[in-house]
Amino acid sequence: MKTVFAKTPMLTDNVMHYCPGCTHGIIHRLVGEAIVELGAAERAVGVAPVGCAVLAYNYFNCDMVQASHGRAPAVATGIKRVRPDAAVFTYQGDGDLAAIGTAETIHAAARGENITVIFVNNAIYGMTGGQMAPTTMPGQVTQTSPYGRDASVAGMPLKVCEMLATLDGAAYIERVSVDSVKNIRAAKKAILRAFSCQIAGAGFSMVEVLSTCPTNWGLDPVGSLGWLRDNMIPYYPLGIYKNSQGD
Amino acid sequence: MKGNEAVAEAAIRAGCRHFFGYPITPQTEVAAYMSRRMPKEGGLYLQAESEIGAINMVMGASAAGARAMTSSSSPGIALKSEGLSYMAGCDLPGVLVNIQRGGPGLGGIQPSQADYFQTTKGVGHGDFHIIALAPNTIQEMVDLTVLAFDLADRYRVVSMVLADGILGQMMEPVVLPEYAPDAQDVSKGWAVGGTGGKRKRNIINSLYLDPEELETMNFQRYERYAQIGRDEQRWESYLLDDADIVVAAYGASARVAKNAILEARAQGIKAGLLRPITLWPFPKTAFAAAADKARAFVTAEMSMGQMIEDVELAIRCRRPVYLSNRVGGMVPTPTDILSVIQKANAGHDQ
Repeated sequence: MKTVFAKTPMLTDNVMHYCPGCTHGIIHRLVGEAIVELGAAERAVGVAPVGCAVLAYNYFNCDMVQASHGRAPAVATGIKRVRPDAAVFTYQGDGDLAAIGTAETIHAAARGENITVIFVNNAIYGMTGGQMAPTTMPGQVTQTSPYGRDASVAGMPLKVCEMLATLDGAAYIERVSVDSVKNIRAAKKAILRAFSCQIAGAGFSMVEVLSTCPTNWGLDPVGSLGWLRDNMIPYYPLGIYKNSQGD
Repeated sequence: MKGNEAVAEAAIRAGCRHFFGYPITPQTEVAAYMSRRMPKEGGLYLQAESEIGAINMVMGASAAGARAMTSSSSPGIALKSEGLSYMAGCDLPGVLVNIQRGGPGLGGIQPSQADYFQTTKGVGHGDFHIIALAPNTIQEMVDLTVLAFDLADRYRVVSMVLADGILGQMMEPVVLPEYAPDAQDVSKGWAVGGTGGKRKRNIINSLYLDPEELETMNFQRYERYAQIGRDEQRWESYLLDDADIVVAAYGASARVAKNAILEARAQGIKAGLLRPITLWPFPKTAFAAAADKARAFVTAEMSMGQMIEDVELAIRCRRPVYLSNRVGGMVPTPTDILSVIQKANAGHDQ
């Protein structure tokens, strides 16, 4: 029988705990496929965050370290400085990367730390049950912004790609989405470019992936893809924000 | 050598090639020395964005199998608590230096021993310990730094060299150890760095959602701590054999206490010193034995009375324990300590 599709060997057979319709599974697969396609599986080291993806160490079939909340880029820095030949990546959500771990994120980028950051932005704290995140958009209802995010009280969201693109140490910064097949294919290419950037020793690379949270958005899987498309993409425009390799 | 620089040089000789620093008085010379020396040894000095960043870089470097280190002073150590807890939960080795200053809050920059509780009781959330080594000479700054790396690797725990602003800043002649060139190659089969296609993947993790599993992990870790408690208690005795009054002091306080003890002896009071070198594990055995013979204890510390609780526990409160303390960056004089020795000798109220 001819094999027409196979799960990437970079993912284990463990059953994922993600909610139905959540796009973490797609993003995991894209990361796994990219690492395999670049021939980096045997030297890959991942750093898991705190948040929904905390159990990523059960899913990525490579050496893994589980970091404390927001500190994954610092932990990845320590690993990479000891093992410069390893393909080191962090996998972080918006609360982890853009709130409690803002300093670690910005300074890893500023140092041009030669790691790859996969930043999953679903505009909400998922694991704790749907609270306002640093990327929750104005007017967006969450458990801790029950009347919609009021910018006069809670301030405005962080646009991480735009911010990091201003840093000289950042080599590759792109925002993608996984709301459609077309965008998923584009996301894969972005992740490949980010890891290629690291393998070339060019410096800090990050791919921000707009992602869904059907459970905490209160939408069904298809509805949440539409919500992402209609609300997040206009606010968080897709595209390459920095590419020092210039390809 | 200056104490802070002696610690740094000793670490390099112990095989440390990855140092992650952040400036804070009075330990900054450790970082400055490392930034000068590491490039010449093919090592790394990396200045972190914060104390939190530094300890997490140590965690990553340790996870990758290296002998990694950071140093700080009291408020900075507080910021490292989270990282220390995660390293304990992951059973990762590492070395941390604390050149204590006065607190609480921003406190001051003068010497202090007010981090005894922070070090031995409350260094982070959850059930765990770190080994705490308390030098009182610059030679010990060197020797205990080397020991800190060895113990950390042997037991897969974090070791702290707990000194103070006096020891960090003072100068004494030292004998430096030979380089330990193979220390980097200590086999750490659990370390990450890529499987190389030759082994199963390694996972370094402190999350156990199943309470039974987490309980088991804690019990197993505490069996290791119990072994450390049995095998690694260290102390120095000075004029202790016939002592009626036992002065308990560590670090810089112990240096002052020795002078107070000599003055007490000149006055006919049989005083002696029991100096903990390991604060965790606390040298309970030596204290229990001393309590068999002594009439009273005096703890001399630059805190409001922290180590005194461990002395009372170690001797099961069988003898009165008096406190001689100066705090806030004030350093005790021999007369300060002598006056409490006299009080203890006379059996006055504590």
